[in-house]
Amino acid sequence: MATQQSRTLARYMMAPAVILLLGWMLVPLTMTLFFSFKKYLPLRGDSLENGLEWVGFQNFVRFISSSAFWPSVSTTMIMVGGVLIITVVLGVFLAILLDQPLWGQGPLRILVIAPFFVMPTVTALVWKNMFLDPVNGLFAHLWKFFGLSPVEWLVDYSLGSIIMIVSWQWLPFATLILITAIQSLDSEQLEAAEMDGASAFHRFIHIVLPHLSRAITIVILIQTIFLLSIFAEIFVTTGGAFGTKTLTYLIFQRVIDSQNIGLGSAGGVYAIILANIVAIFLMRIVGKNLDR
Amino acid sequence: MARSVSTRRKALNTLIAWTIGLLIFFPILWTILTSFKTEAQAINDPPIFFFFDWTLENYAVVQERSDYMRFLWNSVIIAGGSTLLGILIAVPAAWSMAFVPSKRTKDILMWMLSTKMLPAVGVLYPIYLLFISLGLLDTRIGLMVVLMLINLPIIVWMLYTYFKEIPTEILEAARMDGATLKEEILYILTPMAIPGIASTILLNIILAWNEAFWTLNLTAAQAAPLTAFIASYSSPEGLFYAKLSAASTMAIAPILILGWFSQKQLVRGLTFGAVK
Amino acid sequence: MGRIVLEQITKSFGSTQVIPPLDLTIEDGEFTVFVGPSGCGKSTLLRLIAGLEDVSSGRITIDGQDATELAPAKRGLAMVFQSYALYPHMTVRKNIAFPLRMAKMGPAEIEKRVNNAASVLNLTDYLDRRPGQLSGGQRQRVAIGRAIVREPSAFLFDEPLSNLDAALRVGMRLEISELHKRLTTTMIYVTHDQVEAMTMADKIVVLRAGHIEQVGSPLELYKNPRNKFVAGFIGSPKMNFLEGDEAKRHNAHSIGVRPEHIEVSDSKGDWTGVVGVSEHLGSDTFFHIHDTGLAETITVRAGGEVGFRHGDRVHLTPRSDVIHKFDAQGLRI
Repeated sequence: MATQQSRTLARYMMAPAVILLLGWMLVPLTMTLFFSFKKYLPLRGDSLENGLEWVGFQNFVRFISSSAFWPSVSTTMIMVGGVLIITVVLGVFLAILLDQPLWGQGPLRILVIAPFFVMPTVTALVWKNMFLDPVNGLFAHLWKFFGLSPVEWLVDYSLGSIIMIVSWQWLPFATLILITAIQSLDSEQLEAAEMDGASAFHRFIHIVLPHLSRAITIVILIQTIFLLSIFAEIFVTTGGAFGTKTLTYLIFQRVIDSQNIGLGSAGGVYAIILANIVAIFLMRIVGKNLDR
Repeated sequence: MARSVSTRRKALNTLIAWTIGLLIFFPILWTILTSFKTEAQAINDPPIFFFFDWTLENYAVVQERSDYMRFLWNSVIIAGGSTLLGILIAVPAAWSMAFVPSKRTKDILMWMLSTKMLPAVGVLYPIYLLFISLGLLDTRIGLMVVLMLINLPIIVWMLYTYFKEIPTEILEAARMDGATLKEEILYILTPMAIPGIASTILLNIILAWNEAFWTLNLTAAQAAPLTAFIASYSSPEGLFYAKLSAASTMAIAPILILGWFSQKQLVRGLTFGAVK
Repeated sequence: MGRIVLEQITKSFGSTQVIPPLDLTIEDGEFTVFVGPSGCGKSTLLRLIAGLEDVSSGRITIDGQDATELAPAKRGLAMVFQSYALYPHMTVRKNIAFPLRMAKMGPAEIEKRVNNAASVLNLTDYLDRRPGQLSGGQRQRVAIGRAIVREPSAFLFDEPLSNLDAALRVGMRLEISELHKRLTTTMIYVTHDQVEAMTMADKIVVLRAGHIEQVGSPLELYKNPRNKFVAGFIGSPKMNFLEGDEAKRHNAHSIGVRPEHIEVSDSKGDWTGVVGVSEHLGSDTFFHIHDTGLAETITVRAGGEVGFRHGDRVHLTPRSDVIHKFDAQGLRI
């Protein structure tokens, strides 16, 4: 569809982006892979200059067999799953609600979307201190008002609290995408269903929900990718204590806190594999969309 | 669903929706309100909602104590710089893919997307090492480059979907009308693409501004942006609610405003064009 | 001037050849229409002439000069696109002026030419509007205006009327024909609509799957179609094709009779059948006749006052002098 001359030009114009991303992907990835087969403890004098000891798959085995690994996997799964369920269910509800005729739709939508624009460190800090703090937090005041004793949220219900904080952050994202999807629903379809005698409930189950299914899938996949690497929210609130150590956080601790680069890199390789499994599904959907 | 409903039904909808909306917005509202209280009123039991002594003192203290302006400036430079850099690299790439597609275009786009999905923690140490050896640790330029790279796929994708919407026939018409490639890009493509480029810039600034993995791990005192500045408040000595709120409000206000402008583009950008 | 010669032109996308070797000469001042069903390669052929696609092999000459490798802008041609392809961010004035600006023409001369084109096309009142504020017909005129200001050696039209509604289409058809009469510049016009081809063309090129099926004036194609495809494509309603015994009587594999060449009567005739649907246009009536034993239906064109009803038994007589005969390959005998 184009001439030869423009095709050559196009290749040159694409080169910088492709080369940069290729470097950004390959160089660190190769290094991580390299470290994961090495014993690398900088604090005990290991360094690249002196050469690192090859340990085969020892790091991979140790990472999995460490007592922290399986808890971190289950923590990750509970956190990601919990946030997904909350945001998708509430997101569908909110999207439908905001699509109804009501006054002040514009300003209202802005209120609902706002949490997404708050930087993660602020979100975590505000929730931790001003809401969840057992002495001065708003929830503590509320509990006392009803004659209950305040709860140590980030100690006793730490994972639940983080799920709530992260859900608050991501609910706007789900809502926004689902509203956009709902607005593309042909109103004649709903009217046809109404003429055919379908109740509001049946219209939701048989028409609205199937129409939203693609958008819901996209929300789930994209959120999963971002949620798997949630960091600041844990870093600021619990620092990984009280059963909130996700896989990402475990790797972070191995690398930065205990300076065990080999072990951390092996964990990194696991994380990359995990993310890629999700990514494949997401890319399939996005790719299909490209063809249209 | 353009259909008239009864006023009562509409009123009920409005009531429910606004209640939920305000509930969701409440943490932000509460933060903003608290930022105008004195420290004593901030932790008062029962909490005071509106009838407190409004004061700007916290803002003054925060600025003085933590050199807020420096962090703000770092955020502006890093977010703005990475965006600008990203746009400069992405516009030609997206142009080529949208207007001179080849059999490999789709694969390249998908591959770019896949780099976005690389978990940051998996490459933390290598990047850290590279930064040390290149002398980029705790520099604005280093962070700018990293944020540009992590957002480059999104920028390319967004621009690509916008460019795709410009009909090829219009560019062909320009070619028939005697425009050279330079004139075609200057007089036809750019004016038509400006809305798309603007929203891409907007979304990317938001993403870069709020990025909190690399900014926390690759900066110390010099290049730390607002994300790191706020995180420093999590240490016990910084636990003053009113000041924390003032600092938070200052950190999120600019982006909250930008964000409200870019709602629609946000969907397209974050779903890689899969939902429009 | 605008004599365009195509010699052994081919075009392949990947391994599929969409235009097999093709020769065609378009004379200066001629109104040539490329017509054919969708996917027949007519638009591709136009784009090859425009230079928007590279030819895979062959030679294109414009006014005796080899233009095969020439960039679109250098060929001295102007094109009107199906979607009009107006620049949405420019006013009508700027749209029309754009090719002149690209040709580095002086502002005074541009002004003169734009105003001139605008008055010819009745656009004077709309010069400061943007394309988004115009109706379909007005946009079409702007696109034409943008083409004529350059005074090109030939105009290329790519299905320019397909986005207009029926009434407007007839009006624009006339306007373009009048424009051609006045400018006497070569025009190449692509359409899938045989009515447009018949009414506007000096020369029709019928294409199928990249092949030229026949080249000729509208009446030549109507009277002497070279094969069954052209016979079926040109003329409305479509020609009736009959095979079997009736064809054998004429020593042919199949025969074709146009609806307007069949007499219908209630008393006597060669064939008999039953009236199915009748379409009353006022001036004419089209009867779809069933149960003739010759073909599924036979379409007949009769006067507007002829009033047979659904289910009536009628008799049909083809005019023997205009029966088209074809062999087994569909070629005219």
